[in-house]
Order: sequence, then structure tokens, then C-alpha cells
Amino acid sequence: MKAILTVLGEDQVGIIAQISTVLADKNINILDVSQTIMDGNFVMMMSVQVPEALDGHHLNTEFTKLGKQIGVEINLRNAKLYDAMHNL
Amino acid sequence: MNSQQIYETSRMINNENLDVRTITMGISLLDCIDSDSDRACEKIYEKITSKAKDLVKVGQQIEAEYGIPIANKRVTVTPISLIAASSHDHDYVKYAKTLDRAAKALGIDFIGGYSALVQKGYQTGDETLIASLPEALSETDFVCASVNVGSTRSGINMDAVAQMGKVVVEGAKRDMMTNAKLVTFCNAVEDNPFMAGGFHGVSEPDAVINVGVSGPGVIKNALEKVKGASMDVVAETIKKTAFKVTRMGQLVGTLAADRLGVQFGIVDLSLAPTAAAGDSVAEVLEEIGVAQVGTHGTTAALAMLNDAVKKGGIMACSHVGGLSGAFIPVSEDAGMIKAVNAGTLNISKLEAMTAVCSVGLDMIAVPGDTPQETISAMIADEAAIGMINNKPLPCGSFQHRVKKLVMKSSLVAFLVMPQ
Repeated sequence: MKAILTVLGEDQVGIIAQISTVLADKNINILDVSQTIMDGNFVMMMSVQVPEALDGHHLNTEFTKLGKQIGVEINLRNAKLYDAMHNL
Repeated sequence: MNSQQIYETSRMINNENLDVRTITMGISLLDCIDSDSDRACEKIYEKITSKAKDLVKVGQQIEAEYGIPIANKRVTVTPISLIAASSHDHDYVKYAKTLDRAAKALGIDFIGGYSALVQKGYQTGDETLIASLPEALSETDFVCASVNVGSTRSGINMDAVAQMGKVVVEGAKRDMMTNAKLVTFCNAVEDNPFMAGGFHGVSEPDAVINVGVSGPGVIKNALEKVKGASMDVVAETIKKTAFKVTRMGQLVGTLAADRLGVQFGIVDLSLAPTAAAGDSVAEVLEEIGVAQVGTHGTTAALAMLNDAVKKGGIMACSHVGGLSGAFIPVSEDAGMIKAVNAGTLNISKLEAMTAVCSVGLDMIAVPGDTPQETISAMIADEAAIGMINNKPLPCGSFQHRVKKLVMKSSLVAFLVMPQ
């Protein structure tokens, strides 16, 4: 599935590196990356292609754990959600 | 990738308590009718546990994949008064226990449909079911019950209203939670995914998925950004936000129905609060401009909120149904609790508010020495509002205390109950 990975929190060294390592481990391909500051928060978004065989629940737990380690909030959601909510 | 949109959605879910309040599977039990009640209960258990066997699993899958919390997974069934009538049993507690057992086996949060529709009169099954309500509710954990006592077309069945007062008082004597799982209705709808008033109507398909969305926190937050703007802008902001929230509900419902292999029914466009801070309908009204819920202007603000939510939501989903409107459950909404404690919100104002939204007196606590006649009279008042205005109205979901509690007003608000 095509998914969007969002990272919210305070900017610091190595966020992209650590997240990309996990993605590579899981064979998740990065399609697009954007990084910006919104409402004073560091916001990074990655459009990724997740292999169908991966377990969504397990992936989320792993990202939540990593997020806690580096002090940011990481979420992985199916891209269809954003389409449904914002596009007619 | 549109960063702004993605960011907005993330914030709604992570910080503003946006969730899908419930995915509810409606299951028809008409093919389980049997003159032997043991046999009927067996068929009921079998049908519910086979139709909904994957409901919780699919809900969790969607939660994981889409990152949207789904607060409740529920089941509604055909009103038991119709299913049990041919058994000629003296009480239907056995049926309630069967529903409870099925709910536990499935791991769902609630099962609704221990219900009777008596707006015009009683059939044998209705009488037996209503008489057994206190016992059935006190001896089960997940069963929700409802009784429809009136409709715009047929008026109000005052015998039923009188009986419901008695049921509420008797139920309270048995267990504190009993009445939190019971709703008295006027103009009950057949596709309501919310509890305790949900049941699966006889005109519904064999199995169907209905969805209820939430989102008072999201609306409040959107309104904070347009502080000081004109009423038109406020209404427009509510509409746009309701649209997005409803689209999410439509997406989740479609996915769930697809994966469970049943038809997708409706999205209930309701703003359902929880007792959590920032998830309150009262706070939305205060953001619109009311100083505190209960003061002058509250009814107008609520009417406007209700109207805008519906207008925004209608285009976002294929079928609208259920109660569709703002919920004002007093003891489940942090802002309303605050207003009661401050003395701003009283029962008269609450009643006025119920005239412009889709719920009646919802999750209110009444003193333990309130006589059953008074409770019946309160139900009658609410039923009259629903009947005249042609709107679905749960008339009463009471917390009736038998022992008198220490309380400051006739309305106490500290109980966390199912919604």
C-alpha cells in the first residue's frame, strides 16, 4: 500500500537517518520526502510504498517505539485517508 | 503530497481526539424466531457470532493501517420483543443473557436491541420484554435496551411512558449501571449505530455496517482559528470540518463493510463528546460565542452547530442516517459538567436545548428519591418535543440513585457511562 509517514516534534540531528534505516530494514521504498516547520514544529512527511505482506500493527508499534527514543511523534497511515478527507 | 493537509489530519487525530466513535454491525434475527425459546437463543447466538466473528479483528486492522482510533465495535439486532414473542415465555432474560454471551465471545463493546416498539400499542412480546428490563439489564454487562414510546405519526403511548418510569426506578434499585444501558425513545430510527438506543430495524438488510463519527475537539480547534469572524464564517468553518470528519467515517465504513463482506449502511453525522478534556460539545458552543453552556444564546448556538454539521456532512457520505446531530450527554461532556457545577446549566435549559438537536435528556443523574411519576413526566415532556418536531429523540437515559447522594443540584455529573 501507499502510505504517508509523518514525523512531528523538535528538530534534531539524525531523524531522517534513523527512520530511513528502519524503512530500509523493512524493505519500504521512499517515494517522496518533504520537510518543513509548521506552527513552530518540525514536520517531516514521507510518501512510502509498504509491501503488502507487512503487518500494519507491528509496524506502528515499532515506529512508536522509535519515536519515543528520539522524542518525536511518528505515524504511518494509508495515503487513502488523506485523499478521502481533503479531495473531492 | 500536500503537507498542509497531511499535517492537519495528523493534528486532528493526534491532538484533537478525532476518532471513529463506532463501527456497528446490524444483524437481523428474524430468521431465528422459534416457538421453543432455547432453540431460538441457540440460533441467535449462532447467527451473531458467525456474522460478526471478524468485526473486532477488521476494526483493529483498519486502526493499524489507517492510524485512526475506532473507539467502539458494536452489534445491533432486531428488537427482541419481536423475536421472542412466539416463544410465550414469561420473561426474556434468557434472550438478554444470550446476547451478552455473544458479545463476550466476539469481544465487542456493546450489543443493542433488547428493545420494544410500542408507540401505538403493545403486542404480547413487548409487555413481557418491558417488564423484564430491570432484571435483564442488571444481569448482563454489554446488553443495551431501548423502548420507543412515541412517534410523530401515532402520538405518544402514555401507558408505556408510565411504565418506563417504573422500569427506571426498579432498575436503579438493582444496579447503578442499569439505566445507563436503557433509552426511552420517540421516533426511534432503525439504523442507529450509537448506544444505548441502537437496534436493527425490520426494514434493514440481513447484515449491515453503520458508522458513527466523532469530533467535537476538531470543530472547536477549527473555530479557534476564526475567532472574531462573522457567524457566516463560523458556520462555513463547521461545515468544512464536518465534511472532512464525515469523509473519514465514510472511508472507514466502506472498508469495514468490504472486508466483512456485508453491505455498507449509513454514516451517523453526530458530534459525540467524551468526558476527556477538549472533546466536548459544550466547549464548541462556548467557542461559537456562548459565555458558558446553559446561559442565554445556548439554544441558538446549538441549533446552528447542528445545522452546519449536517450540511457539511451530507455531501461527504453516500447515505446519512442514525440520529445525526450533536449529542449533549450531560455526564459525558467535560464542558457540560463544568456548567452544571457552576449552576449555569439547569434542567429547564437542557430541555430547551433538546428541542434543537438529536438527543433528549441524555446521561443525566437524578436524585435517588425522585418518584417514578416524575420520571415518567420527564419522559413525556421529551417525547412531546420529539413528536411535535418530527425528530428522533431519545427521551431519557437516567442515572437514578436509590440512596440519596451528596449533591449540590438536581443534576450531578460525574459518572462515566457508555454512549
